[in-house]
Amino acid sequence: MIPSETTGDWRKETQAVADRIRVRVLDHVLSHNGGYMSQALSSAEIFAMLYTRVLDLGPSTAPMIPQPFAGVPGADNPDFFNGGAYNGPKAPQYDRFIFSPAHYALVLYTTLIEVGRLAANGLDQFDKDGSTVEMIGAEHSPGVETTTGSLAQALSQAAGIAVARKRRGDTGSVWVMMSDGEFQEGQIWEAISEAAKFELDNLKVIVDVNGQQCDGCMDAENYVDPLTGRIRAFGASAVEVDGHDLDALDAAMSLETGKPHFVMALTDPVRGLPIFEERAPLLHYLRFTSEGERDRYRAVYEEMVN
Amino acid sequence: MEIVKRPHVENFIAWAKDKPEVVVLTADLTNSSEVGKWRDTYPDRFFGMSMAEQNVMGFASGLAREGYVPYIHTFAVFIYRRPYDQLAMSIAYPNLNVKFVAFLPGITTPGGVTHQAIEDVSIMRATPNMTIVETGDATEVESVLDVAHGVDGPVYIRMLRGEVPRLFPEDEPMRLDEVRVLSDGDDLVVITAGITTEEAMRASVPLADAGVGVRHLHVSTHKPLDDPVILDSIERSGHGVITLENHTIIGGLGSAVAEKMADAGSGKRLIRLGLRDTYAHGASKAYLMKEYGLDAAALVSGVEELMRVDTGITESDLAAARVEATHSLAKAEGL
Repeated sequence: MIPSETTGDWRKETQAVADRIRVRVLDHVLSHNGGYMSQALSSAEIFAMLYTRVLDLGPSTAPMIPQPFAGVPGADNPDFFNGGAYNGPKAPQYDRFIFSPAHYALVLYTTLIEVGRLAANGLDQFDKDGSTVEMIGAEHSPGVETTTGSLAQALSQAAGIAVARKRRGDTGSVWVMMSDGEFQEGQIWEAISEAAKFELDNLKVIVDVNGQQCDGCMDAENYVDPLTGRIRAFGASAVEVDGHDLDALDAAMSLETGKPHFVMALTDPVRGLPIFEERAPLLHYLRFTSEGERDRYRAVYEEMVN
Repeated sequence: MEIVKRPHVENFIAWAKDKPEVVVLTADLTNSSEVGKWRDTYPDRFFGMSMAEQNVMGFASGLAREGYVPYIHTFAVFIYRRPYDQLAMSIAYPNLNVKFVAFLPGITTPGGVTHQAIEDVSIMRATPNMTIVETGDATEVESVLDVAHGVDGPVYIRMLRGEVPRLFPEDEPMRLDEVRVLSDGDDLVVITAGITTEEAMRASVPLADAGVGVRHLHVSTHKPLDDPVILDSIERSGHGVITLENHTIIGGLGSAVAEKMADAGSGKRLIRLGLRDTYAHGASKAYLMKEYGLDAAALVSGVEELMRVDTGITESDLAAARVEATHSLAKAEGL
């Protein structure tokens, strides 16, 4: 859904979605005493841009309230349901969204709610037994087309989809959302190399470069900083932007470079929730250590919604 | 016995002609996987993917999700060992139509431990949604494509290349989960797959001459393995069953038969011949089959142990034994 320029300033709508993602995820973390908070803080603008400005998707073909787990994929399971249906039908003109860091599932579900593809109370099923709204999503989860909880497997799959779509003459792109930690896996470099070799200019990637991983801060000097250059050296195009600046994201995400294209969104893992900085460098998962701490976060939440 | 040179090369080209959905992915082993001519015949359906097997799995997954049927051609070890997580999560879990044409099963290569797929059946059996087939002769190399293509989901094919014997008539193609009955006898059941079938056939005339009645079953589908002929034959045998596999005896054909027997409460004896929980090394196939007890002589020893007899069969008896193409007895029996 690309809003028309004439119906108003798209920035307002997109920023409002980003802000609501942060608020809803914080609300969820408060009520569940835990969650992937920093991922929402760093990637809120990325997801808001994707779902309000960049992705050309048809209307969702999935129920607003997610259906329960109906078994794993298999030849003997006709009831299996793919969560990609939340991103609309597959059609030549539409884009496809491939979600790579499955630990961002809460952010994705929240985004789907904020753009009207999932009911707000769909999130009540998050991490509940028998639900598809899983903590780390699989391809039955809302908005999730491929199973990528084992990190760094999405890009290769997206490249396979992109090459198939090029062969068919589809005009839509294949967009992948990734996290920077995934670039530590060798498979990513295999995938970039091959995607460049096959000239997959319909493959677009937005990376949340928040410098965070499970054990804490990534080694920024030795790892993050050369990342963009390394991607270019492997044959793709890559540009760095402020991942919270909508205009910068818009410009970078609309570039057509004739190559697989990476937008390196440099982000702040405590953006909009400075109190969370106290936990640095361990920002991967927020669980409150005391009721007192939870109350302080709740006070911040009240300020955000009022 | 007829020896067929490179049966996969021309057969795969002819077979794929009217199947535009079939694409081939290789990982720098195109000619070694006998698809060099296929690439030249169908260049727009061929993806030479470099030595990057993790990416090959994901790429094939994406193509399969879009309706293509990728046939990944490379050595078996580079399918189930190196990129196993990708195989499991990107292909097997979503039950995608990707077919793995896995060359160099077991000790069929002098390439040594790094190239010898000795535990692949075990690992693939433990992988949900995976179908596993194994070719034992030229007829099966030619007909395995129809079997794999007919399965809704991933299929792992233990494939033979180069000079391949024709043990079964061309008009008796491989069929999914159907065992071939190659000889009949009351004393014991011998179950083989892949290259061990030819070895067991080599032993069959000397064993018959020695008065041993062998019911020889050839398995071409490791999973599913539900043909009732297997348990029926074992229960009817006088002394029990011997499995002979080009694979470790843990988790492969012998283990699968053991599971079936245990599930059924069979009281028959089972001797599992194969690699005895060991890696192998680089040497000729004949040398390794003898060294690790995968050959006709090892089978004769197994028969003697199971029946507690001395057959008097010598190495020279086995060397002299001719192996001729065998019509399946299954048809004669109407099985």
